Amino acid sequence: MSIEEIGVRGKAPDRDVGLSWMSRHPMVALLLRRGGIGVVTLVIVSIIVFAATEVLPGNAAYAVLGHTATPVRLHAMEVQLHLNEGLLAQYWSWFSGLITGHLGNSLVNSQSVWSLVEPRLINSGVLVATSGVIGILAGVLLGAYAALRRDKWFDHISSVVLLAITSLPEFVVAITLIIVFATVVTHLLPAVSIYPPGTYAWNDPKLLVLPVVTLVIVIIPYIMRMMRGAMIEALESDYVQMARLEGIKSWKIVLIHALPNAIAPTIQVIGLTVLYLAGGIVIVEDVFNFPGVGQGLVSAVSNRDIPVIQFMVFILAALYVVVNIITDVIALLASPRRRLVR
Amino acid sequence: MATEKRTKSDRLASATQAQWIALPVRAARTRRGMIGLIIAGIVGLIAFIGPFVSPHSPLTFLAVPFAPASSSLPLGSDILGRDVLSRVLNGGWLLLLMAFGATAFGILLGGGSGMAAAYFRGRADGIIMRTVDVMLAFPALVFVLLLVSLVGPKIWLIMVAVGLVHAPAVARVIRSATLDISERDYVRAVELQGVKPWKIMRQEILPNLVSPLMVEIGLRLTYSIVIMAGLAFLGFGQAPPAPNWGYMIQENRVGLSANPLSVIAPAALIALFTIGMNTFTDAVARVAIGLERGSSKAADSGSTSNLMPVTGAGEVSA
Repeated sequence: MSIEEIGVRGKAPDRDVGLSWMSRHPMVALLLRRGGIGVVTLVIVSIIVFAATEVLPGNAAYAVLGHTATPVRLHAMEVQLHLNEGLLAQYWSWFSGLITGHLGNSLVNSQSVWSLVEPRLINSGVLVATSGVIGILAGVLLGAYAALRRDKWFDHISSVVLLAITSLPEFVVAITLIIVFATVVTHLLPAVSIYPPGTYAWNDPKLLVLPVVTLVIVIIPYIMRMMRGAMIEALESDYVQMARLEGIKSWKIVLIHALPNAIAPTIQVIGLTVLYLAGGIVIVEDVFNFPGVGQGLVSAVSNRDIPVIQFMVFILAALYVVVNIITDVIALLASPRRRLVR
Repeated sequence: MATEKRTKSDRLASATQAQWIALPVRAARTRRGMIGLIIAGIVGLIAFIGPFVSPHSPLTFLAVPFAPASSSLPLGSDILGRDVLSRVLNGGWLLLLMAFGATAFGILLGGGSGMAAAYFRGRADGIIMRTVDVMLAFPALVFVLLLVSLVGPKIWLIMVAVGLVHAPAVARVIRSATLDISERDYVRAVELQGVKPWKIMRQEILPNLVSPLMVEIGLRLTYSIVIMAGLAFLGFGQAPPAPNWGYMIQENRVGLSANPLSVIAPAALIALFTIGMNTFTDAVARVAIGLERGSSKAADSGSTSNLMPVTGAGEVSA
């Protein structure tokens, strides 16, 4: 421990308690700050989701009823949606519902919103986690391999294929897989992933295959590209050159020296990938009729089931915010230089 | 040093108009760029000329549902027995126009606010960039779905919503590009002459943003098509009887085994357009990097040369 450091530590007790505690643990201060920003963002997001139902042209009750709106039914719907109360009261009753879990009932089948969304959250969680883990692992390994084979045929072909895949919409990838594996070419796998009520995604893993493969194909290019770049940089770095000169075996250099250093810059992209998955599941789940949040959102939007829409949009946005913070923090932890600057 | 920059800025300013055209033209001359442009161009031609050459009305019932391809119906019939070829020829122009509109809106809004944030700094910067942060807290498609669920799938709304989705990402890119330009000596010099901020942004800063803006336009256009086709696929596009590449995939997928072409044709067109646009944008970005490094040859060197046969082949046959 250097003298300067001790000096700083010695000064700390003079300040007020909160500050000294924070200055001793810069990471804690950082976590608190990012967490605070996250909470504020979530509150703003909740206001926007709520306000969108309020401010936009056409009142929500009318949006729900559409052509069947009569003054009497409109009024009944307004009461059900609490539209007859003041704005603040409406927001507050919705926001407190978010925290306590009392989210009201679906307008379509009057089930409680939470009981509708909960199984879907679990299913989507399984889908995102499975495809996330497979996609990230595969992306990192393939990226590292492309870097090792730089300018060889694998690298060339993969870079073109990647450019093509990144430009494809998810549903085109999904439909192609359905054509190849589930209908026209072969019938190896089911074309839709419909689960009997009461069962979860893990009850029938076969139904999970095509949705997972679709998402994996869509996310791999981003991770692979980043990993390739980072790996090339690591392989050209002084410490790898040094290790080479010391005569360390080349597989050891790759595994111990280059790979860990290349993964650090890739973390940001991995975070972005998880973010992408939060939105990407909407279309992929719809293609396969997979009973997750994404498909639930689409059918809620078709039915204009506003309480369900509000909650699902909020959940997906919340996931977004949380993942964003986690990625930031991990990225900071992984790079000492940036940790000190902040 | 200052005089050197000054002359460079003069040269840039006088060549502003030319630059907007020169960059894509240069990109189109590279192998990658040419192939991308040709692929996207063919799809664009099909979309915009298609309505004039379609053999049948896209709405009349001509055959049994999902009739396989024949001499009278080269791509077979769809779920209601309509001509798939005619629906494909009529189902692209509005999709592409909407994507252009959304891209223009997103670039103008995002680029404008990004420039303003970087130029004015301080409070304006804070407000704009915090707004950007919050907007980026929504998954893009979810945000559009939220708006569509409340107002209904109106065409103007989808364009505005998709444009709004682009704006924050564009703003971030343009802000960071503007930051270092607005610090340069020649900008400071014009400021001291009392020129109005919007004029400085337009005449001194904008010409330096040609490369990042061109790349953003390409990326955003591709992304617009992806989102709009996706929305149409989910059933939130034009109202059903009207043909739309995205929705055709959805409505015809039940007949995939009977007449796969009814799904493959629109899917292939969407895929080809996005792949073509993305490849072209990639070429623009490479040329821009090459220009920055001071040699236009860098863009077309090495890695691109061996790849080209692969790009088109696998996809065209789909």
